Amino acid sequence: MSAGTVKLLRLAHARSGDKGDTANIGLIALKPEYYPILEEAVTVERVAKHFEGMIKGRVERFELPNLHALNFLLHGALGGGGTLSLKTDAQGKVFSTALLRMEITVPGGLDVD
Amino acid sequence: MTRTIRIGSGQGFWGDWLEAPRRQVEGGPLDYLMMDYLAEVTMSIMQKQRARDPAVGYAKDFVPLMERLLPALVEKGIKVTSNAGGVNPCACAEAVVEAAQRQELGGRVKIGVVTGDDILDRLEELESHGHPLSNMDTGEPLSSVRERVQSANVYIGAWPVVEALERGADVVITGRVTDTGLTLGPMLHEFGWARDDWDRIAAGTIAGHINECGAQCTGGNCLVDWEHIPNMADPGYPIVVATPDGGFHVTKHPGTGGRVSVASVAEQLLYEMGDPTNYITPDGIVDFTTIRLEQAGENNVKVSGVRGGPATDSLKVSISYLYGFKAVGTLVYAWPDAYQKAKAADRILRERLERLGLEFEEILTEYVGVNATHGALAGEPDPDIAEVQLRIGVRAHEAAAVRRFTREIAPLILNGPPSVTGFAGGRPKVEEIVAFWPALIPKSEVQPKVEIFEA
Repeated sequence: MSAGTVKLLRLAHARSGDKGDTANIGLIALKPEYYPILEEAVTVERVAKHFEGMIKGRVERFELPNLHALNFLLHGALGGGGTLSLKTDAQGKVFSTALLRMEITVPGGLDVD
Repeated sequence: MTRTIRIGSGQGFWGDWLEAPRRQVEGGPLDYLMMDYLAEVTMSIMQKQRARDPAVGYAKDFVPLMERLLPALVEKGIKVTSNAGGVNPCACAEAVVEAAQRQELGGRVKIGVVTGDDILDRLEELESHGHPLSNMDTGEPLSSVRERVQSANVYIGAWPVVEALERGADVVITGRVTDTGLTLGPMLHEFGWARDDWDRIAAGTIAGHINECGAQCTGGNCLVDWEHIPNMADPGYPIVVATPDGGFHVTKHPGTGGRVSVASVAEQLLYEMGDPTNYITPDGIVDFTTIRLEQAGENNVKVSGVRGGPATDSLKVSISYLYGFKAVGTLVYAWPDAYQKAKAADRILRERLERLGLEFEEILTEYVGVNATHGALAGEPDPDIAEVQLRIGVRAHEAAAVRRFTREIAPLILNGPPSVTGFAGGRPKVEEIVAFWPALIPKSEVQPKVEIFEA
């Protein structure tokens, strides 16, 4: 298979939650060999661009290579957070799958699936 | 053979599956049943209840649950740790004593009660001691919202739970003890770990983090292969099987539904995570980048390698205060042009609100079926979409504007765009907003207290 574009959904799973007005997204590689791809492609800049207009603050990224996972903090993501928020997703529960919509380029030769 | 203890999770929040604790007790061997009931918003609700009636202010469901379970718990020697006490742990314990007596278990159940977390009556004293209880996010001193404070509770760690167990408690009922402390406490008690055994304390804290959301680590809310996770009508709740060296396995009772996998446990580990190298609890600091997960068997995940560091000198306080009011109204628009109709209704409604001169801190419109969860990332909807729900919310410091807004939804049914339905719920409710004020307090200002009640 040559280089191509795939949705993150094919490479990773995710769970998200809240802390005040910040949403966190734990992004976990579906196979250990996908982790370096995530680490390379899913940068703070890419994630900030992906959620442009949906979040008001900055994005932070933390690496957990032991779990083949990245943790993202999206500040100002929840319309004030918790009880203040008017959003359907006031607790950021489905920011997880919103991130999995991101399309990334997979290096040639990697067989995804 | 190495001694192991089995700590099962029976509730992940107040409102979790009522069958879960019974399934944990009856479904196989267990030494401890932990049940987490508290979230930030729960504390303020309980504080309001106690203000109206001094005999309440705890998780009421816990009492009938204990009445039902106590005979089996006593027979099997299973101990309970729970923060069901809310803002009134003593009243909760008294109600459980009465429940035990009704079950003719008088003399056979000791209840340990942990208090000392509630500092609502001490706020002025603490401020006079030079603790401004500044907001951890904004830096503002608490004095700016002081008159509107509803509740103030310190997050207490596992050690008072240990003291209660050491004094013979069969059931430990606490106020705002951390979710993780309810699992770590039994491990500290059984294994006699030292107060500065930071790696083992970190391991027990991770066990607590995995247990604290119930089935969310055993297949519930798990994205991987979700449609094939078996028998989710009867999910097994997690059981931590711990050894004195700080290692543990996560499993569930045989014959139950759900799935315990590296994927399901990893998702829970990352839930509500901040900086993974610096997860701070009252008992110590945990470094999540040290955790090793391994599938050790079917529905059995081994957790090892956890490293931690010394506890800080502070405790977190969760303070709730009255912020204002909000309401959310919804209407459903049907094909054809469902999305266009919903958008037209939103424009009309906003124009009417403006003509009324109503002022809101925020007005938010979402179109359920189009963009409510993923915003613009979802792309443009199918032009032939069957229906779209218009969902519009407002927030204000004063109730009057919000109340007037709730009268402006229903008229749109007859005087707005066509093909509208889904209003059977009537006018939206005006909800009071209780907001949260996270702060820190020195440990030296907080003295947890343990009492034993005998049934």
